Order: sequence, then C-alpha cells, then structure tokens
Amino acid sequence: MSESGIGAPVRRTEDQRFVTGNGRYTDDINVAHQTYASFVLSPHAHAKIKSIDTKAAAAAPGVVAVFTGQDVADAGIGGLICGWTIHNKDGSPMQAGGHPALALDRVRYVGDHVAMVIAETLAQARAAAELVAVDYDILDSVVVTGKAKDKDAPQIHDEAPGNSVYDWAIGDKDAVDAAFKAADHVTSLDLVNNRLVPNPMEPRAAIGDFDPGTGGYTLHTTSQNPHVARLIMSAFLGLAPEHKLRVIAPDVGGGFGSKIFVYAEETLCVWAAGKIARPIKWTSSRADAFLNDAHGRDHETMAELALDKDGKMLAMRVKTVANLGAYLSTFSSAVPTYLYATLLSGQYNLPSIYCEVDAVYTNTAPVDAYRGAGRPEACYVVERLVETAARELNLDPIELRRRNFIAEFPHETPVIMTYDTGDFGASLDKALELGDYADFGKRKAASESGGKLRGIGFSTYIEACGIAPSAAVGSLGAGVGLWESAEVRVNPTGNVEVLTGSHSHGQGHETTFAQFTAARLGIPMDQVSVVHGDTDKVQFGMGTYGSRSGAVGMSAISKAVDKVIAKATKVAAHLLEASEGDIEFENGSFSVKGTDKSLAFGEVSLAAYVAHNMPEGVEPGLKEGAFYDPANFTFPAGCHICEVEIDPETGTTEIASWVAVDDFGTIINPMIVEGQVHGGIAQGVGQALTEGAVYDADTGQLLTGSFMDYCMPRADDLPSFTLGFTETVCPSNPIGVKGCGEAGAIAAPAAVINAVTDALNIKDIAMPASPATVWQAIQSSTKQAAE
Amino acid sequence: MYEFDYHRASSVADALSALGKAEDGTVISGGQTLLPTMKQRLASPSDLIDIGSLDELSGISADGNGVTIGAATTHATVAGSGDVNKAIPALAALAGGIGDPHVRNLGTIGGSIANNDPAADYPAACLALGATITTNNRSISADDFFTGLFDTALENDEIVTGVTFPRADKAAYMKFANPASRYALVGVFVAKTGEGVRVAVTGAGEDGVFRVEEMESALAGDFSSAAIAGISVSSDGLNNDIHASPDYRAHLIGVMARRAVDAANG
Repeated sequence: MSESGIGAPVRRTEDQRFVTGNGRYTDDINVAHQTYASFVLSPHAHAKIKSIDTKAAAAAPGVVAVFTGQDVADAGIGGLICGWTIHNKDGSPMQAGGHPALALDRVRYVGDHVAMVIAETLAQARAAAELVAVDYDILDSVVVTGKAKDKDAPQIHDEAPGNSVYDWAIGDKDAVDAAFKAADHVTSLDLVNNRLVPNPMEPRAAIGDFDPGTGGYTLHTTSQNPHVARLIMSAFLGLAPEHKLRVIAPDVGGGFGSKIFVYAEETLCVWAAGKIARPIKWTSSRADAFLNDAHGRDHETMAELALDKDGKMLAMRVKTVANLGAYLSTFSSAVPTYLYATLLSGQYNLPSIYCEVDAVYTNTAPVDAYRGAGRPEACYVVERLVETAARELNLDPIELRRRNFIAEFPHETPVIMTYDTGDFGASLDKALELGDYADFGKRKAASESGGKLRGIGFSTYIEACGIAPSAAVGSLGAGVGLWESAEVRVNPTGNVEVLTGSHSHGQGHETTFAQFTAARLGIPMDQVSVVHGDTDKVQFGMGTYGSRSGAVGMSAISKAVDKVIAKATKVAAHLLEASEGDIEFENGSFSVKGTDKSLAFGEVSLAAYVAHNMPEGVEPGLKEGAFYDPANFTFPAGCHICEVEIDPETGTTEIASWVAVDDFGTIINPMIVEGQVHGGIAQGVGQALTEGAVYDADTGQLLTGSFMDYCMPRADDLPSFTLGFTETVCPSNPIGVKGCGEAGAIAAPAAVINAVTDALNIKDIAMPASPATVWQAIQSSTKQAAE
Repeated sequence: MYEFDYHRASSVADALSALGKAEDGTVISGGQTLLPTMKQRLASPSDLIDIGSLDELSGISADGNGVTIGAATTHATVAGSGDVNKAIPALAALAGGIGDPHVRNLGTIGGSIANNDPAADYPAACLALGATITTNNRSISADDFFTGLFDTALENDEIVTGVTFPRADKAAYMKFANPASRYALVGVFVAKTGEGVRVAVTGAGEDGVFRVEEMESALAGDFSSAAIAGISVSSDGLNNDIHASPDYRAHLIGVMARRAVDAANG
C-alpha cells in the first residue's frame, strides 16, 4: 500500500482551507446589488390568520418588497412537497396536508413562515419584519406525539382527520400473534425516542438571483443534494424550468440530514429574486435554526419480544407513533417506515416481525431524516429489547445475542431486507477483547469503592446504507430513483477531475474520492480534484445522505474509471502497436506484456486529446461518465460497548469507556472513517445523555430554543474511543464498501441506555438521561425498594 | 440588534453624566450578558455607556483584611491574581470557572453582580464572604445588595465601582453546572471568616442567591461535612424548569455544600 493508496490514512486535503478560514460557504458569497430577506415567523403554535397588514413594513426605510402567502399563491407557486407516498394499511395513500411556503390562512407551529420582507440591508429587513402586523386568532395546539390522535386534540390539517398522516404496517401479524401465544417469555418495553435538533455548525443560507437577460435563475444554498433541490423546485414548485435554474451548494458546514430538504426560505429567495429582479440573500440565525430546521426522531413505541425458554427469539411486535410535525418535510414519511421498521430484525434470526406505525401531525417543527434516519430508532428498539430480555431471563446479554445471531448469508428478514453478508460474531468477539469484558467485574468493584455505580451496555447493531435499488424504492412509494452519477474527465496533461453527484458537507469526499481515483489510475493523489455541488458542472446526482456516497457515489466513479481505462487501453494499444489484449495497466503505466514497451497514463491522455494518431473508430478525448444503480442496500454492522460510571449523589453519568468494532466492508481511508465513527458516537451519546427538544405542552413554544437550554454533547462529555474494524466485503458494489457515516449515531443510544439501566439496575430510563433524570430514577427505585 | 448610541466614558463621573442624559441608557462593562440579550433583540437600550476600560475601575488591591477588586476587572484577571489566590483561593477558583475563556476575558465582576443573574457565580461568593459592594456614592453590604431576580439595591444613577472581600480562613465553591448553559444549576459557596460561617446558594432560588442558615449554625459548631449531612433543604422557593425540579435542586444544595466544606477543609 502506498502512502495514498486504498486503505491509507491520508489526511483530509480539504481541511487546510476549512481550518484556515478559506472555506467558501453560502454566507461568504455576495452578489452585486444583493438585497436581504427576513421572515416573519409565527409566534403561535396554532392560529388562524385573520389579517396581515404589511403597509408599515413596506414603507419602512430600505424596504424593497414585502410578500405574503397570498402573493405566492397568486403567482401559482406550488407548496413544499413530501417526495415519498406511504400507503395506509387499507392501501389508500397517506393523508397529506398542504405546505405553502408562506402561510395562507393558518399557522401550524411556532416558527411557521408568515411573510417575507426584503430590504437593502439585513438590519432594515429585520426592523421592517417587526412592523408586519398579523392578527391571529389563537387555536388550541397539540405538541405531544402520543396525544395527537386524542379525541379532543385540535385538527391541524383538514386533509388529515384525527391528525393521522398514515397508519402503516409491515410483517405478518397472524404469525407474530401466534408466536407470542406460544412463547415462554415476553419482554415488553415502552420507549420514547426523543426529538432532536440537528444543529449543523453552519446555519442554512440561500442567495436567489435572477438574470433578466437570460431568464435564468441561480440559487446558492446549503444543500446536501442540489440537483434534487432543483428538480423539486422546477417540477413541483414551478419556480423555473430545470435548464433555467442553476443550484450551487458550495462548501457546506454539516448537514446531518437537515440540509437534504427543500425549505420555504430558499424557495422564496428564488421566486422573489425574479419578482424584484435583484439578488436576495438570507442566512438563518441559530434561533431560527432551532425553530425551523427539520428535527429528528420523536417516536413513542410499544415493543415486545417473544422468546422460548432457551432464549431463542420467536417474534417481535412493535407499535410506533411517529411525530412528523406540522407539515410533511421532503422525505419525512419514509423515515419511520422503510428506514425504520425494515431494520427491526437487527442482527438476529427472527422468524416473524410485525410493526405498525401511526404517523401524526402535531403543532411542532417538521420532523425528517437526521443522522441515521429511522435506523437509530430501530436499533434502539431492538437492542433495548434484547438487553432487557437477557436480564429478565438471567442470561448474559452476550450469550443471548450469540444464540440468535444470523450466521448464514444472504439472509432474508421478515421485514423485506436481504442481508448480503456479515460476521456478527467476529465484531462482537473483537469488541469484547478490546473492551476487556472479562475484567468488567473488577472495574465495577473499583467504581463502587469510590462511591460510583458502574454499568455496561451493548449494542450489536445493523443498519442499511445506500438506499436502493431505484426500482425497489419506486415500488415502495419514492418519487425519485436512488442511483448516483459520476464523470471522470482526464485533461490532456493527465490530471483528472472527478465530477460526482454526491455532495460533501464534512464527509471528506475531496480526499476519499481523489484517493480512490488516484489509486485506480496509478497517478499521484494531487493530480485528482473532486467537483461537486453545482448543477451547471455535474450533470445530475442524488446527493449525500444515508451513508450512500461511498457505496453508491464512489461506485459510479469506479464505473467511470473503468471506462476511462478501457478507452485509454485502446489508445495505448494502438500507439504501442500491440493488441488490446496484450496491454497491462498498472501503476499508471500501459505496457505490452512481456516487453519493455510502455506509455505513462499522461502520455496516453495527451495522445487522446492531440488525436493525431487514434485507433480507427475511437473518438478523441478521454472523458467518461457513468450512472450506478445499486443492486441492494449495504449492511454495515458491528458491536459497540459502553461503560458508564454514575455518581448516585448527583445523577451525573460519565462515559468511562467506549469500544466500537464496525464492519464497513472495504475501507478507503481509515482516518476519515474513524472520524465519522467518532462524530456518530458523539451524536448518539448526545441523544442518550444530553439532547432533547422540548415544546411546552400548553403553549407549543419551543423551550429548548438555544444552546442555553438545548445541550449539545461536548468534548468533555466523551471518552477517548477505542475503535476496531472487521471486514466482510460488500458483494453488491464494485468496491466492497458499506458506508460509515451514521453507524455511530445508530449504535450509540442503545449502548448508553443499556449501560445506564445496568448501573442503576432499572428496566428503563428516558432519554436524555440527564443528571436530573438519573437522580429521579434513583429516587424512584430506592422508594420502590423500600415499599 | 437595534440601533443605539455608544459612549466610551472617560471617567465614572462622565459615565454618570451620559447615563443621566440618555433616554433609556445602560452601562456596559464586559457585555457578556447584555450583548447577547441585545443581539436577540430582547433588550434595546437607547445608549450604551462603556465603563469597561476605565482605569479607576480596574485592578486588584490587597491588605491584611482582604482584597478589593475594581468593578471592571475581568474574571480571568481575578482567576489569575496572585493577591486573590493568596487571600481567598476559592474566589480565584470561582472566577476561573465562570463561562468559557471568551467570557472570562471580557466579563467583569461589576457587570456580573449588577446584573444579578440568579445562576451567576459571583453573588454566591459576595454573600458567603460578606463582601461590601462600593458604588459611586456609597457602600452596600452583600446582604443588602442582592434584592431579587436580576434585581439589586442599585439606584438608576448608581454604578458599581468595586467589591471588597474579607479574607477567609476557609472557603470553597462547588458548582453543579446546568449541562446545557453551564451556568450554576446549583452553586454553593461556603466560607469561614472572622465574622463566622456562611453558606450561600446560587442557581437554585427563585429570588436569586440566598443563605442556608441551618447549615451555617451547624458548621459554626463543627466545620465538617458530617455536621451538615443530616440537614435537608426545603424545596420551597426553588426554581423549577426543564433542567431540574425543586426537589433535585434542594438535594444538590446538600451535596454541593458538603463537597464545598470538604474542599474548604482540603
């Protein structure tokens, strides 16, 4: 392996510009004659809009225009869409209410967009926004997931009676019910998967621009998928035809899912730029990000696991209520269904599973995919059930898992997944060894002697990345296909531009994709640059989410590289006067087998562009594109072990150690992969111990609207992680990669809560298990013990 | 942030004059609370009168009785002061644990106590040590200074100029931080001075900082954590929010007080 070959821990090339302040984010960009937008947001969780008076705002200094929902409707601009139609149990499509970019007659959550004020300066726009007088008739609101379908709950959308978006189910109910009847033991848990605010470091931003000369629009935006944004804005919202709308997502400072979606603000910046024929810039404040970036998770679940007397799992029954907020965000409907229930088999041989999901509207911010998207919720259900079952059966949680691990592949689960490969025992064994499980008892005793409670928790997770194939997701209701595109442009001098339809917003694609391509072409890594995030440069792409860029995006690059090599081989054979079959391509050199005749990659590329001497029928140039549609999901899996030490006096939980052994298939850059695992675990620990969005149950106000009240995990909340890897090569893509971006966030919450409940010897505890919550749990269990 | 007029005061007298002329003026020192509040458009003073760089308000002096800290002295300066570390190390440690490095290098003691945030650290030190707050026209004992939530004995035309802390025989501050904001969810300052023992609690009370007299009496007889182990603090009048119940805060007062006494006995 060379210093930058596949598998080498190459430092991220993009970091130099990021850490030296030379990144170019949307808010860094300014366009001549630009104006600034500020939005009037609803201060109420639910209200009728009786009237909107914009006169004073329009007359305020510097104001260029003020728009309301009526203006947008009059212009024929469509509402924001949800791109995945889920079907009810009876086969009917889900009940989706409209989502106008600016509210028409009703606001449905605190932060709902009411009016857009555009002015010469940001200060003028904000000041004028306060002059927009909205007369509200306040209505009752409901924010609690489990109360959305109560009889007395207010009706949020006329189209969705009882606030039901859909009632959906998967699996064989009769088989599950029969298995539960015959079971020796049933473990039951009522679980809440807490609502999270994504909080990428860079808030969302947009600059809409209109060129009256060409009739073309340009949008700079913080998007994880600029082509999808353009497609939605063109085909569904009717802002401009695709060929007249350029969407650029430059450097983007984190997304975690929240920048997949098409929001009101960028939509309105594009539309209004055409109306006023001037560019419009909008940058979210952190406060607005808390209110309006799509939140994550928010499930209430009843879960049951049936086992026989030997601890063999027989069946699982799950009923989940999923809170989708006040409007259906772009991919929201798919998250608690096909990205959640399909993973409920975990790493286990489960003969039957039945899962019902009721998705509901509430007067809260829309909920959509957030790092892991459905799979953290599934893993939490499965791994909490398994650990609890082991405790109830007095079995070592390791032993219960081993008795039920899937060992033969491919394996078809009862919830439509076909696991292609894996070795769950191997990752478990390695984690136990790295974590020195054998000596846990000694560590627990040492903690106890210091007045602390120690617990250990396991999470043997599996997840699904690279959601695919397109035909399959189409049959399940997706509005788009989930392939990826790539183009490899070899320049005459032999350096290379790789254009990818995926998008890097922290993942390090500029390094990994260059590393991969350079290794395949046998050229130095600095001879490859990666281009992404501009619909004028990259023909099309589906973007980055669901840990798909390695498995899907890089596979497309691999296919394009294959084509480049194939064509270059033809050219080389012609120049070397050999037959194509006798040409070997290795280390950047085309050589004739058994001779010393060879040409460097750059010599061949130059020859292809000079084109003085091309083989007959071969076009000049060296540039190839490819579309790659995966044959299956990929299935990263592994074992995370968390040890916690709890101070029973204060309820403070400290993570004493963390071992993660992951099977991501082939790894291109272990340094980047480790960074992804670290970040994922940090977010999972955040969910388990510190983070939780809280709305006031009476007023619907977001109580955790800033970092003063919403607790992001910090470096000193986390231990130094011990990481290990096992490898089963993914058979469904040409590289063998599975994906690593979300595994930590998927595995971690269950590992933490399993450890906390072990330390406290209790069945369950709510997330986030804050010091106050842990202390309360200790008081309750002490009281129970006394009674 | 709304528009405002900015004045850099040349003296305390100049600041008072500017304050008198302003329609709705506010004194700013380090601005670590005021500026975020203004940025969120929750405060809109017509005028900001900056006293942060006045030499007459900055600096630390010590004598055998204690230390006097100028109102515009930053938390970082207090934390790093040899005089404070020698006379009342617990006070230096408290200052070193306020906020983050940014806050500590801009925020000032005068600003902190004049704001009297119910979760701020300094009020606990002032009350427990029996500090004297000096203004442009009088001296106020800490007992009389902190009058309620974000409320003090300061008049509208009055500016804090310094705080005098008596030397302590033993003292320690223990803070249980709010996990999100890292302000004190409960902070307990325990001090044994020539005047006796005091226990002051910040972060927990609905009306801001307060003393726990039952603990003070017990510690006066026996300055050990065992002496207060049996004392439970009532949850009446304690804050209730999404981070902590009154019961939890009451419990933490006991835990932090015991830990503070142990630390003071070092």
